[in-house]
Amino acid sequence: MIRFLKDRMSALLELNSLVKRFQSFTAVNDISLEVPAGEVLGFLGPNGAGKSTTMKMAAGFLTPDSGSALICGVDVAVHPELARTNLGYLPEGAPAYGEMSVAGFLKFCARLRDLSGAEAREAIARAVDRTELGGVLDQPIETMSKGFKRRVGLAQAILHEPKVLILDEPTDGLDPNQKHHVRQLIRDMSADRAIVISTHILEEVDAVCSRAVIIDRGTIVADGTADELRKLGARKGKTSSLEEAFRQVTAPVTEQEPAHV
Amino acid sequence: MSKIMAIFQRELSGYFTTPIAYVFLVIFVMLGGLFTFYIGNLYERGVADLLPYFTYLPWLFLILVPAISMRLWSEERRSGTIELLMTMPISVWQAVVGKWLAGVAFVAVALMCTVPLWLTVNYLGSPDNGVIAVSYLGALALACVFLAIGSCMSALTSNQVIAFVLAVTAGFVFVTSGTPIVLDAVRAVAPEAVVSGIGSLSVLTHYEGLTRGLIDVPAVVWVASMTVFWLFATTVAVELKKAG
Repeated sequence: MIRFLKDRMSALLELNSLVKRFQSFTAVNDISLEVPAGEVLGFLGPNGAGKSTTMKMAAGFLTPDSGSALICGVDVAVHPELARTNLGYLPEGAPAYGEMSVAGFLKFCARLRDLSGAEAREAIARAVDRTELGGVLDQPIETMSKGFKRRVGLAQAILHEPKVLILDEPTDGLDPNQKHHVRQLIRDMSADRAIVISTHILEEVDAVCSRAVIIDRGTIVADGTADELRKLGARKGKTSSLEEAFRQVTAPVTEQEPAHV
Repeated sequence: MSKIMAIFQRELSGYFTTPIAYVFLVIFVMLGGLFTFYIGNLYERGVADLLPYFTYLPWLFLILVPAISMRLWSEERRSGTIELLMTMPISVWQAVVGKWLAGVAFVAVALMCTVPLWLTVNYLGSPDNGVIAVSYLGALALACVFLAIGSCMSALTSNQVIAFVLAVTAGFVFVTSGTPIVLDAVRAVAPEAVVSGIGSLSVLTHYEGLTRGLIDVPAVVWVASMTVFWLFATTVAVELKKAG
C-alpha cells in the first residue's frame, strides 16, 4: 500500500481508463497506466493492438472517447499547451519537414518550445550530440536514410529535456549499432524521467525496459518486469522466453482474462 | 506571438525552398500583364491607370491563390508532420494564423513583382497614384480572404489537388455570389432576405469600390469578418480532421 501511494504520487504519466473507438471498432478499450520517474515502460503488442492509438492519446494528439491522460499531473485534454511543455514525443514513423535541414528543423522546434538565444543553441547542441547528428546538420531531412530521420525525430523529442518521453518505435529502421546507441540514450535519460517506448522487438524489453506492458485488442493483457512476463509463458517450472509469453497472452483464438502479475 | 512567427517563417521559407514559389511568381506576373495589355486593352483605352489590371485580378486570384493555400494543411496531414506540430506546446489557432500569414506575405511578394506595371503607367501619363495604392491594398485584402478560405479547404483533406479544387469552387461561389449565377439558384429555394444577404457576401461588390480608391466601412467589415470566419473554420477543421 505504501509503495502504491508512493508510485502514485510520483507518476509522471498517468493514463486513466482510456477508450478510443473508430466507428464500430474499439481500438483502445479501457487502458490505465502509471509511469513513475525512473521507469522505462515497454509497450508491446501485435500490430493493430492499439499501441500507437494509446500513445497518440497520451500525447494529446487524439482525443479519447472517455478517460484521461495526465502528464506531470496536467490533463492533456484540458490544458494541452501546458501539459505538452513536459512532453517529448516521437510520432510513429518519425515525421519531419523534409525540405528543412536538420539544423533548421531543430531550431524551429526549439522556437515552438520557447527556447531562444543561448538556451536554444545549448539545447540543440546537446540533442545533436546525443543523437550523433553532428555531421549532417545542413542536410535536408528528405535526403537522409530512415535511420537518420529517426534520430532527427529523437533529437526533436529530447530537445527540451522533457519529464515525459513517449517514443513510438524509436529503434525501427535502425541498424544494430544505431539500435544499441539509441537504447543507451534511453537508459541514460531514464534517471528522473518517465519514458514509454513502443516496440515489437522483444529483445528491447531486456535491453532497456524496467517494466513491460503487453496489449492485445485494445486491452492490457500483461504487466510486469521482463522476468515476470517470462513466467507467464512458463509451464510447470520450465523457464520460457519472452516470445513464448508474448504468444501465450496474445493468442489469436482463445478469449482470455487479463493476466495480473 | 513568437510561436506564430516561427510557424510563419517556416512556412514562408518552405515556399522558396521548392520551385513552387518561382513558378508561381513568373506566372502571376505574366498573366497579370496579359490581362492588363491584351484583355484589358491598357493602350487602347488611352487612360493612364491600372483599372484593367485590378479588374481582372479577382479572377487571377481565384485560380492562383488556392495554389498557394492548398499545401498549408494538406501537406502536414499527408506527411504526418501534423502529429508533430499538434503535440508541440502551441495552440491550433497559432498554427492556423502563422500559416495563413505566410500565404499573405507570399501574395504580397507576388503583388510587389507587378510594381513595374505601376511604373509603366506613370511613365505613360499621370495616374492617380492614391487610387492605385488603395487598389493594391484591396487586392491584398482580397487575397487575405481567399487564403483563409483556401486554408480551411486545405485542412479538410490530405490531398492537395482536392484542396485546390475545393478552394477554387468556394472562391468562385463568393466571387459570383452577387451575380445571377448564384442568386437565381438561391432565389428558387430561399426568401428574398437570404438572397440579398448572400449577394452582400460577394467579393466583387466590395472589391470594385476599392479599385476606385474607396475604402468604405462595409468593405472593411466584409474583409475582416470573412477572414476571421474562415480562419476560425480552419481551426475547427484541423481539430476535427487532424487524425483522420
